[in-house]
Amino acid sequence: MLDPCDKCEEVMQPFLDGTLSDAEVAEAQRHLERCRWCAKRYRFEERLRHYVRVAVSEPMSAELKAKLAALRTPL
Amino acid sequence: MSESAPTTADTRRLAQVARERVRFEEEALELSDQVYRVARRLAGSRDEAEDLVQQTYERAFRSWRQYTPGTNLRAWLLRILTNLNIDRGRRQQRTPQTTSIDNEAGDYFLYNKLESQLPDENPDEERVLQRLSQDSIVDALADVPHDFRDVIVLVDIGEFSYADAAQILDIPIGTVMSRLHRGRRILKKNLADKAVA
Repeated sequence: MLDPCDKCEEVMQPFLDGTLSDAEVAEAQRHLERCRWCAKRYRFEERLRHYVRVAVSEPMSAELKAKLAALRTPL
Repeated sequence: MSESAPTTADTRRLAQVARERVRFEEEALELSDQVYRVARRLAGSRDEAEDLVQQTYERAFRSWRQYTPGTNLRAWLLRILTNLNIDRGRRQQRTPQTTSIDNEAGDYFLYNKLESQLPDENPDEERVLQRLSQDSIVDALADVPHDFRDVIVLVDIGEFSYADAAQILDIPIGTVMSRLHRGRRILKKNLADKAVA
């Protein structure tokens, strides 16, 4: 039998991805309402996903953009 | 009936095809920023990403008739791009195909480590997050073995659905989900390893 916090850690990704069953979601929610320790780690994970997406986004160079536009079929 | 009738019909048909082609090219070009954003993290370097995106658009414009209008064009372009990336033998890849057991840690591991490095008793999670630099995130992602990284890049960076990611990478949806979960854990372990006290 897993400790409730270990169980909550185990289901964090499927919970945030929306792939858990309704019963599993309800169970995790009951725990998260009581457990600030786990709730904080869930909030961190959500923020982290956004932070990673922004951190690794690099804009395309104007040169490449011009090269792609030049590939179009001439009208 | 005038003898020029078939010619007129042919001309109309050609004009229609030309319009469809122009529309396809415009739609594909509108997606180029998003395609590049994903390509940049699938490829090992900026130069490689630029080559891949250019080759992808060359191939897409050549074989535009194979695209079914109304389906996901961004996924179609990424499918071409990942195939080209595999054809290139993923040269300049920084990491091996498989990962060692060292990279395994639970989902709370990163938070626990970062929090323990702060002097405060119960810090705000936003303050914990600020411990991670942009460079460390870029490096930590690049160090994730590519089977896992491809899925993270498509789903978490490119915001593709599991179904689209499965189609792009030609793997089952279940594999997408398991690689995503394991890959995120590897990414977080890499971030924890890079975070200095």
